[in-house]
Amino acid sequence: MTATTLRARHAAAPRRPRDVGKIVRETLFYLAVVIVVLIALFPFYWILRTSLLSNFQVSQGVGGKNGVIPSSLSFSAWKNVFTQDDFQRPLLNSAIVALGCTAVTVVVASMAGYALARLKIRGTGAILGFILLAGFFPVLAMIGPLFLVLRHLGVLNNIYPLIIVYLVYTLPISTWLLKNFFEQIPAELEDAALTDGATRLQTLRRVVIPVAVPGVFTAAILSFILAWNDFAFAVAFLSDPHKFTAPLAITTFGQSQFQVFYNLIDAAVVITSIPIALLVLFAQRRIVSGLTAGSFR
Amino acid sequence: MTAEAKQAPVTGRPAVTGRPAPVGHARERTDRRLGYILVAPVVLLLLAVTGYPLVYNIWNSFHSDNLTFANSPHNFTGLHNYRVSLSSAGWVPALERTLVFTAVTIAFDIVVALGLALMLHRNFRGRGFLRAAVLIPWAVPTVVSAMLWKNMFDPRYGFVDYFLGAFHPAWSSLTWLNISVFRSWVAIFVADSWKNIPFVAIILLAGLQVIPNDVYEAAKIDGASWWQSFRRVTLPLLKPALSVALIFRTLQALLVFDVIYVMTGGGPGTSTQVLAYLNFKFFIINTDFGIGGAMSIMLCVLALIVSAIYVRAFRPQTAR
Repeated sequence: MTATTLRARHAAAPRRPRDVGKIVRETLFYLAVVIVVLIALFPFYWILRTSLLSNFQVSQGVGGKNGVIPSSLSFSAWKNVFTQDDFQRPLLNSAIVALGCTAVTVVVASMAGYALARLKIRGTGAILGFILLAGFFPVLAMIGPLFLVLRHLGVLNNIYPLIIVYLVYTLPISTWLLKNFFEQIPAELEDAALTDGATRLQTLRRVVIPVAVPGVFTAAILSFILAWNDFAFAVAFLSDPHKFTAPLAITTFGQSQFQVFYNLIDAAVVITSIPIALLVLFAQRRIVSGLTAGSFR
Repeated sequence: MTAEAKQAPVTGRPAVTGRPAPVGHARERTDRRLGYILVAPVVLLLLAVTGYPLVYNIWNSFHSDNLTFANSPHNFTGLHNYRVSLSSAGWVPALERTLVFTAVTIAFDIVVALGLALMLHRNFRGRGFLRAAVLIPWAVPTVVSAMLWKNMFDPRYGFVDYFLGAFHPAWSSLTWLNISVFRSWVAIFVADSWKNIPFVAIILLAGLQVIPNDVYEAAKIDGASWWQSFRRVTLPLLKPALSVALIFRTLQALLVFDVIYVMTGGGPGTSTQVLAYLNFKFFIINTDFGIGGAMSIMLCVLALIVSAIYVRAFRPQTAR
């Protein structure tokens, strides 16, 4: 292999036109990268920009002094978002539901992931198949029956049942991910402990769980994102603005009968995106590996 | 990796030290019991949120159940709900719209995502930044991306018309949503693709990363051009990743809901009313759980058929 690369390098070196072509290609490549980054991030710049306009500037529309870079900024929308209770409360609700769902997911999926990877239970294949199928189940088809159930139990318009309902988003991917993760931990590690006379549960606590922390962490991040992002269940089950989750609140926020306050909406949009954006920036490697872990098996 | 894991026997392997394993079969039995206990919560919880609604929907779809007439008995109505869904309730037009949307979205998303994946696969400075930049649109809530694009497509407050105005004065005040059917679809399509292409790209990137480098080297030695090695080497080896991406994306597109709800509410008229939105309308707005149930069952069957087609099409072949 080294011989061939060397040969290739020698062959390419003396020719100048190649180099020019390479420079052009590199430039085009970086140009494409810049375009992709712009497409991905410019809309975020735009909402940040709009959120920093005063009500008067917003009512004037885009253009003139309020172009791509507005001539003056105002923090009135941000102040309003934080003083008005109708967005603070939804943010808190979203945090409660997403964190609650993540906690349940992590515990339940770790248990199942370990059992499916290590303990030879009958029907492992069937159980894994069922979990996968549940992950593909059309969410909108569940809304009606679950609505009736929650209504019957008198917990419609309550955020806590969402913790259970959101498990349909988080459990399938987390269980698969953790199962794959446990499979990669060398079995020798546990066997050594078991041969030394430790029980299965002791081995779990002392040996497996410490090694499994990164996998569990990945599952937790993905679960939080998935639970935080739900809209369908929230819009179907919640009708009292005080009980709204953040994504649901955004859709009704800042709209009076006479004007749409885009600066207010966009401030809310920015705030709702921030926790997710931070997660992505700090844990992009984990997210990518988590998303792709169960893909090709 | 799976193969390795499967080869490594988990329990009951010959004891290396020569000592017999202390508990042997007994341990296997207690292990199995522990296994069932550990797996039970996942299975029960998922049954509660998917299996139960499915059965409930099937029952509802053959009965009349409408909260508007809460006091009337839930009589057995046979196939009536299905007949109504297929004739007057607008399920068939919604199906057509959904299928067209799905086909267009998938074709576009996969091609763009493939380009993006090839870009991310290259080793260059700033790759980490590009990957994070691309991931953020995927990670934000769909409602956020829909709201954001609704704002962008607003003729007064957004940038789309502001920039288009530079090319043609008449384009500076185009109304995109809820006036023109075509432009409404374009806006929905843009918002949906912007959010979902990153996910497809990440899956394809993972597929690219497992292709060993020697294969490319070999192609290069044989004098293959970039295009030839892409067509003959990359694409065939990318098949597993492509199939995963296709299945995920197709099911997502078939069930598109959030974007439609936020951006057009199914309008203008009912022209962007897709299957999931129609289903939502019957469940939550009309509170008709009979017809809604029938539509749900048809939606599930549709999703199942599509998955089955993909699984068949991408079944690993033993001989090429």
